[in-house]
Amino acid sequence: MPIKSYLAYPKEGWGELLAEKLAALPGCSVEPAENRELLILITDTPEEASDQALEQRLLAIPELDGLALVAAYAEEEIG
Amino acid sequence: MTRREALRSMAAAAAVTAASQLAPGVAFAAGTPKTLSAEGLTWKKTPCRFCGTGCGLLIGIKDNRAVAVKGDPASAVNKGLCCVKGYHSVIALYGKDRLTRAYVRNNGQLIPVPIGEALDLVASKLKETIDKHGKNAAGIYGSGQWTIPDGYVASKLFKGAIGTNNVEANARLCMASAVTGFMTTFGLDEPMGCYEDIDHADVFVLWGNNMAEMHPVLFSRMLDRRLRNAHVKIVDLATRWTRTSMAADRSILFQPNADLALANAIAYEMIRNQWIHRTFLDRHVSFHEGKTNIGYGTQDKFQFTDENRNITFNEYVKRLEEYTPDKVEKISGVPARDIRYLASLYGDPGKKVVSYWCMGMNQHVRGTWIQNLVYNLHLLTGKISQPGNGPFSLTGQPSACGTVREAGTLTHRLPHGDVTNEADRKMAARIWGVPVENIQPKPGLHTVEMFRALDRGDLRFLWIQVTNPMVTMPKLKRYREGARKEGRFVVVSDVYPTPTTDIADVILPSAMWIEREGMFGNSERRTQHWEQMLKPPGDAMSDTWQLIEVARRMGLGKHFNWTYENHIPEIWKEYTSFHHDPKHEMATYQALRENPGVMWPCPGGRETKWRYNARYDPAAKSVNGDPIDFYGKPDRRAWIWFRPWEPAAEEPDAEFPFWLNTGRVVEHWHTGSMTRRIPILHKAVPNAYVELHPMDARKLGIRNGDRVRLTSRRGALTLPAQIDGRGRPQEGHVFVPFFDEAILINELTLDAFCPISKQPDYKKCAVQVERA
Ligand code: SF4
Repeated sequence: MPIKSYLAYPKEGWGELLAEKLAALPGCSVEPAENRELLILITDTPEEASDQALEQRLLAIPELDGLALVAAYAEEEIG
Repeated sequence: MTRREALRSMAAAAAVTAASQLAPGVAFAAGTPKTLSAEGLTWKKTPCRFCGTGCGLLIGIKDNRAVAVKGDPASAVNKGLCCVKGYHSVIALYGKDRLTRAYVRNNGQLIPVPIGEALDLVASKLKETIDKHGKNAAGIYGSGQWTIPDGYVASKLFKGAIGTNNVEANARLCMASAVTGFMTTFGLDEPMGCYEDIDHADVFVLWGNNMAEMHPVLFSRMLDRRLRNAHVKIVDLATRWTRTSMAADRSILFQPNADLALANAIAYEMIRNQWIHRTFLDRHVSFHEGKTNIGYGTQDKFQFTDENRNITFNEYVKRLEEYTPDKVEKISGVPARDIRYLASLYGDPGKKVVSYWCMGMNQHVRGTWIQNLVYNLHLLTGKISQPGNGPFSLTGQPSACGTVREAGTLTHRLPHGDVTNEADRKMAARIWGVPVENIQPKPGLHTVEMFRALDRGDLRFLWIQVTNPMVTMPKLKRYREGARKEGRFVVVSDVYPTPTTDIADVILPSAMWIEREGMFGNSERRTQHWEQMLKPPGDAMSDTWQLIEVARRMGLGKHFNWTYENHIPEIWKEYTSFHHDPKHEMATYQALRENPGVMWPCPGGRETKWRYNARYDPAAKSVNGDPIDFYGKPDRRAWIWFRPWEPAAEEPDAEFPFWLNTGRVVEHWHTGSMTRRIPILHKAVPNAYVELHPMDARKLGIRNGDRVRLTSRRGALTLPAQIDGRGRPQEGHVFVPFFDEAILINELTLDAFCPISKQPDYKKCAVQVERA
């Protein structure tokens, strides 16, 4: 599932650090909201295995309170 | 922009939209994420191609390819929101096995041929059938996914030019009971209110309607209303616990068919407590009853005609005495205190109430009755035809209203009125330029009877467009075998191979959705137009144009004398000439092009949001300051029908001890022929399954994922178990979604239908359940 978008919710007060941590992960780009504790995360990974590995790393970030998948495109759809 | 970049933009657009719904007013740097830069894209408006909600979408087009989708913020329906099917809708255009050529069956094999050759064959077979077997041996079976021009041209060709009323649409399987419900109570079809009711209501009562999955955008609007207004309540009345139940303030489960008793008990309780609006009843309502023990239509050529007996209010109240909350608790399984609670919601003059329903009340052997009974609750309290107050029947398909109900593509209907009405036939004959004798005064075959007639051999030629009856017909085996019999000729127009193209003698490749120009009409009387945005692949051609090409080949071209460039505006002009009337005036072509949608009636270009109320509806007349006017009936009153509780056609017994209920999941559109070709949706729910209650599963030794065998009197099927997944049936019930053509649950269902609407009941039959 190589391209996905998520809404990422930081633990209260940890938005900036979460944005930094997410942006440092391979294949991730982040757009923090300017007026809410909420980020948009776009992930772009080469194939399913790396996507799953990335998801595990995301879920392990302590500043992350919740992650909601909004859209996802599989490799077949991109090709 | 590469396709990968476009998809990143699309994913980002979806996230921005979702964020702004969850956190209104949320702002991102420079307005939107950088990834959303959409250079080189042209955005064009269209209604979503899936579901009757009719969300407005914007499609990003580049180099004759649809590469992006976002919710249209200008659309009053979805205000920029979308569900998972909407966001991924354009991917359904590009499945690898898209039908791009015509096929003709030769010695049992489907052989590709140029489309002109296939159309020649369709025209000659249709003529040959009529010559040999008569006009009524031919028919067309379309869909609530037909565009309005498709349905209009099909009706004109078959009912007007050829002269058979064998025109049906799959909407018979999805909302025919809603039509007969509206007609019997109000004399005119379609809801009086609109989605804006959501912004005003205090209470939402959902009758057998899993809105969280079937109408997710409207459900989000409802949740949003509750989030901002803590007093707002959502009550889920259902036979199965679903995602909707989880989000509701109260989930009340009842036994199948007992909704009839439940609605009567609510009415009983409101009257007993004097929670009714006597002035409203005196001025605007009359009381009626019809036949009882009306049968189930399971035998061929079943006929039924209801009758109307006027009764008094007191007689109505007397009949309700059979439905005290205590008695109904025994029939329905709903505790009497919950029935009283429901009565207190409907009956509280300080609360605005909207009732929503869809398939649970429509696919019902007493579908017309249950609609009447829910209308009764709104009529008894006067909670109707005002912002935030009203009964609202949601539709499943994007143009079940626009094409089937408004343009008249059920067998008894015309674009205006019924075939049985001489004035309506004369109007159609005049506008269509055909002799009035061409239009038969008797309805032809309704859907179930159409497939029975194909099996019997009374119907010899059937053209199926935009629908997949070899997955959706109940008691499927009979109808599949019937369609395959010698001497039947079946034409199928579709975009992908399906079990229905498997039985075809000719397959015509169809242009899909935004590959042609069209209009849909959604649940709230909103007509929406889109332009042709893409060139269809290969030989694919719109269903409208296929019909016109066949008409020309049959020598009927003078009735369809349009060019490809002008045919849609010309069809619209001709169709809307049926409706120059303040009760049904449709928007102009120009207005449809310029707006994300226009609600009818719109006399003088002004939309009507609430019908039968002179404050909003120019067709309604106010009397002494009272704005309510139910002008659909000759007595200008809405009719309260007393309808009793009667059991389902088939109930569990010692041999088949479980109820089987069928339905849908949010990820898939109907039979899955499109959404299963969208990889993300297919992966999310790759196959059908059977939901069981955990107690039943334990008793039968079934664990999650185990293979389970379901058997009914009509067939058997093996499929995996799902326990406490997205839904939980009651004990003694199972649920199976119907989207999976590899697990055809309709092999098991029963072809019983509501005798008034002729809509089959897919929600109730009896099965055995065992570990496979
Ligand atoms: S709710 Fe219906 S109309 Fe809206 S996006 Fe989803 S499928 Fe399309």
